[in-house]
Formats: sequence, C-alpha cells, structure tokens
Amino acid sequence: MTEMLPARYVVTGRTVETADSVTLRLEPLERPIPRFQAGQFTMLYARGVGEIAVSISGDPSIVDSALTQTVRAVGAVSRALHDAEPGTVVGVRGPYGVGWQPSLAWERDVLVVAGGVGLAPLRPVVLAVLAQRWRYRRLIVVAGARTPREFLYSDELKWWSARDDLALELTVDHAADGWTGQVGFVTQPLSRLPLNPAATTAFVCGPEPMMRFSAEMLVRRGVPADRIRISLERNMQCGIGHCGHCQLGPLLVCRDGPVVDYATAAELLTVREL
Amino acid sequence: MSMFDQLSAFALLTGMSPTHIAVLSSAAQEVSFAAGDRLFHEGAPAEGCWLVQRGCVAVDASIPGRGPVVVQTVGPGEVVGWSWLITPPRWHFGAIAVAPTVAIQLDTDQLRAFAEHDPSFGYPIAVALLTMVLDRLQTTRARLLDLYRNPAETPMSPL
Repeated sequence: MTEMLPARYVVTGRTVETADSVTLRLEPLERPIPRFQAGQFTMLYARGVGEIAVSISGDPSIVDSALTQTVRAVGAVSRALHDAEPGTVVGVRGPYGVGWQPSLAWERDVLVVAGGVGLAPLRPVVLAVLAQRWRYRRLIVVAGARTPREFLYSDELKWWSARDDLALELTVDHAADGWTGQVGFVTQPLSRLPLNPAATTAFVCGPEPMMRFSAEMLVRRGVPADRIRISLERNMQCGIGHCGHCQLGPLLVCRDGPVVDYATAAELLTVREL
Repeated sequence: MSMFDQLSAFALLTGMSPTHIAVLSSAAQEVSFAAGDRLFHEGAPAEGCWLVQRGCVAVDASIPGRGPVVVQTVGPGEVVGWSWLITPPRWHFGAIAVAPTVAIQLDTDQLRAFAEHDPSFGYPIAVALLTMVLDRLQTTRARLLDLYRNPAETPMSPL
C-alpha cells in the first residue's frame, strides 16, 4: 500500500484569492508525485489534523515537480491547509482520478463553465488550451461567483479578458458598487451564447445543482450530453478506489471520476441521497 | 438586414411562422441607447418591450439608502420588459443601459391589439414570453439557493 504513503511537500508560496481561499505552491522535499493531468486531484495531508481531496489548479503544460492547489477553508483540514504559511510541510498523495482530458476537444469549440470555486479545477483546462491554442477552435469561459470579490484568480481573469482568442463571460449573483459586468446565474449567458452545439465540448464544474442546471441548459441548446464533462465531488478518502466512501451508484468517484460525462452522470445526480 | 430577418434570427421567436414574424415586424423598430440611458423607471406605466441585440441592460430597483441596486443584467438575445402584459401595466423594476445597446423595440399597444384580434398570433407570442419568464424564474431560483456560499457559513442546527 505504498500509494497510501504521502510524499512530503513544503509550501513555497501562498496567494490569497478571496476571503476564504488561497492558492498554495508546493514543492517536494523528496520524491515528487507523478505528473498530473488537468482535472486530477491529490489527497493533501495537514500534519496532525487530517487529509482531504483537493483538485490541482496548476498549469499542466509546465514541466516541473511543483504543485499548485487552491484551498477553500471549510472544515478543520481545509482550514489548516488554508492557513499554511510558506515553510509548512504537508503530505501529498496522488495524483488521482480521471481528469478533464482536454484532448477530447481538439479541433472543437471549448466551453468552460465554472461556478464559485469550481474555477480551480477548470483552470488547468484553460491553461492547457491556451498552451496549445492551435489545437482548438473557439475558447469560451463562463464563470459565476456570489459577488465580484469572490472570483478566484482575479488577476488572471483580467489577463484572459484582454485576450482576443478567449471569450470571457463573468457573472455574479449579487452586484457590488462599481461592478459593471453581468448580474445573473451562469445559465443566463449559456442560454444566449452563440454556440455551434455539435462542435462544442463543455467542461463544467461547480456546486452540483449548478452543474445540473448548466448541463441541462447546454443539452437544451443541442450540445450532446456525452460532450459535456462535469467534475463530481464526493467524500474521497483513500483516493484509489478501495474504501468505497465516494461511491455514486456504479461509480467510485475517486477512481472512475471525478470527471465524467453528463450522459453517465445525469441520472445518478437526480437520485436523492445517492 | 431587414426587420423581418432580424426578428427571424432572434432565438426566442424561432417558433413563430413567417406570417407572424411579418406582423411583428410592423410593430418593431430598431433603437439605440448610450451607456447610462434609462429605458424605463420603476413604477412608471409599462409600455414597450425590447429585444436586446447588442450591449447590456441592467434591471434595477431603487432601495432607500442604497440607491439603484442591479438585480439582473440582460444581454444579447434576451428580452427586457414584460410588465405591459398584465394589469395594471406598471414597471415593477427599472431598466438602464450599462453599455452602448442596440435593441428591437416592440410597440406593445400594437402587439396587444394584434394578439387580441388573432389568437393564432397571440398564442406563440405568449409562449415565447412565457419561455423567457420561466428561464428568468429558474435563474432567480438558482441564485436563491446561494450555491457558491462557503458551507462553513451554514448556521449550526440547534438540535
């Protein structure tokens, strides 16, 4: 069970994203974990507190052994990781799971739909597309947040909005003074975006109802359900399909997901308490 | 592009026949708004309906002590203004262009007269507007769920 042994990483950078989220840069103190694919996650261990699954939010096109992970302080472990200052040593296992597989969208339009902190696991998709821009057709990013100050990666969003090879649509649930952008749920831009549905591959991540509503809107627009990829979140503990805590019907989300297509997930997501 | 073609291209109206689009065209005109131009004020008599082609319109409410608060924005392909449909026809919210905006403005007095005269015209119009209202209701419900809040903010159950 060597896969259950965490590798020691040290926090070498900590960027405050929002009031409750930070992005950590982690570098290995010894053997690094294998290279990650966009959409995969690691099990991050805060010493003496516990271990949780955290998606990787770094650039998959950069070949080094560092990890970039965005953590939102929700419970005891995520709070400990959130508060980890540079120099703190954490444990890392992984990378685990099936990722977004952006190559499925080669020669196609890419539509990225993020809700709240769902932008963290989708950031590697955007960066992967930008790193090999010639492989893809249009790139549209739709991101929603509760308020303008709750967008992750606000500096990077400004950079993305300035690009002419990326269409960025930001929308908030509640406007604030000075916000001149869109106000509404992410399904609103999805309902009116000029899409070529048959040529679109969508990558959707956020709270589960947000993914359901967004996927249903895209299906209504004509995007095939098996071209809509969503990232599931369940109680991941072992990360390698042994413990069963993350079971969702026939799926073990840590092993068969977290990214699955909506054709597979749609019915499972309507079963209460599954 | 003719008004007929512009209306035909509007996704919300794809269920209407060419004959009915032609009728609608006779009650339509293209209008432009500069950023900051107000389409209508909350509480004023409701006349007009705008099919946004370019730009952005904010739907707002005036709240004492806070001024106008934007509750939603409406972009290309969406519609602003349905209060004219119900009695008494008064705007429940205000609307202001927040970017240079081009829209097709419908003369709602004519529209209502056409619909009352010919239910086969009125029905698809009603369905189109109901579709829009339902979408707006669903997005509002989704926002009410406050899905992006931090779960740690949930108040602890007293039980």
